[in-house]
Amino acid sequence: MPPAALSVHLAIGQAYAWSVFKPPLESSLQLSGTQSALPFQLGIVMLGLSAAFGGTLVERNGPRWAMFVSMSCFSSGFLLSALGVATGQYWLVVLGYGFVGGIGLGIGYISPVSTLIKWFPDRPGMATGIAIMGFGGGALIASPWSAQMLDSFGATPSGIATTFLVHGVVYAVFMTMGVLLVRVPPDGWRPPGWKPPVIATRRLITTADVSARNAIRTPQFWCLWIVLCFNVTAGIGILEKAAPMITDFFSGTATPVAVGAAAGFVALLSLANMTGRFVWSSTSDLIGRKNMYRVYLGVGALLYLTIAIAGDNSKPLFIVCALGILSFYGGGFATVPAYLKDLFGTYQVGAIHGRLLTAWSTAGVLGPLIINAIADGQKAAGRSGPELYTTSLYIMIGLLVLGFLANELIRPVHDRFHEKVEAK
Amino acid sequence: MTDTTTEAAGRRTGLTVLAWAWVGLPFAYGVYELFLKLTQLF
Repeated sequence: MPPAALSVHLAIGQAYAWSVFKPPLESSLQLSGTQSALPFQLGIVMLGLSAAFGGTLVERNGPRWAMFVSMSCFSSGFLLSALGVATGQYWLVVLGYGFVGGIGLGIGYISPVSTLIKWFPDRPGMATGIAIMGFGGGALIASPWSAQMLDSFGATPSGIATTFLVHGVVYAVFMTMGVLLVRVPPDGWRPPGWKPPVIATRRLITTADVSARNAIRTPQFWCLWIVLCFNVTAGIGILEKAAPMITDFFSGTATPVAVGAAAGFVALLSLANMTGRFVWSSTSDLIGRKNMYRVYLGVGALLYLTIAIAGDNSKPLFIVCALGILSFYGGGFATVPAYLKDLFGTYQVGAIHGRLLTAWSTAGVLGPLIINAIADGQKAAGRSGPELYTTSLYIMIGLLVLGFLANELIRPVHDRFHEKVEAK
Repeated sequence: MTDTTTEAAGRRTGLTVLAWAWVGLPFAYGVYELFLKLTQLF
């Protein structure tokens, strides 16, 4: 089951490598930076929407159906984009990669979650951590691979169209393995030697089930929505502006950061983001989900505070803190399905997860908006170095503290939201 | 009966190795490329 889930997540994780296509698209189709970002932005919006609205369908039709839909949409998106570039119709690229491909992203992202939790009821954090780590790893594969393909075929309209065409075909073949291999465990399946607890082992772990419709009526869902949204906002703020941020931060020092070194910093952050997904979500199986989020949000706020206070005094300290923040960002994504399972049971956990991902779409707009708007404002006021980011850092600390408080408010779900046993 | 069981277990192991290689090899390529970039930071 883990390779099946990974084959989908490693493929759709390509979305984070969209920036590779931006410069060639801009030069060959005479597009602005804002225009060339449209397919990615629409893709992320569609990810949130299709995960939110398609979650119940995924639960009803099963993971194989969901992976097939994801594969069809994601590869068709590339094929439509190839046609768009070849014929000079950029709207087809936006429609193909952004709209159609974005549906593939959302359905693919949630497709293995509830099945993995059912296969690994003893270690749900580790199980979903593996799959969601794949989403972080997808860009690691796609970024150099797409760049090398553009080098080979050329950054011309026909070269980009051929690159999109190859991507569509290769990703369809790659994801087919997941479609063929995925299996839902039989009812009542449990790992050898493991007995499900008759009563809840931790206060927040329920033995009952809550439907997706009821889950969004609980305060726990919305507290978790705030937790995820602010944790992602804090991480994405650094992730989105990592290269210019480290360059600006140390521009006034004796050892400024060169372009190549900034690219190395971005790569290091990707590694922290990816490993955080597996390491922290596996740790949450041992220390509990609520404690894990206390670490993400509380220690995350302290790391941001350290960056704000230290300023440009220490480059290693800046890098270590940024790595910690990004590992918590990834960990937050990977731990949330297990947190949902603890609170709402396994009954419709995939659908509930889909609805919660609207927090990601919100954070995707909020994080970059805060960092970019404030940095641009400070630059216009003639400031430079760490001053460009100090205000943003304190805003992120505030958001993380709010997230911490929302996490503290999470209590077990009231019995009135539980499904009746005979109704299932 | 035992032969059939052994054969099935062998096929299962083969499929597991193939499935992990299917996702593991591209991932290893990505990690290798990442380390090439990392060297530029230090």
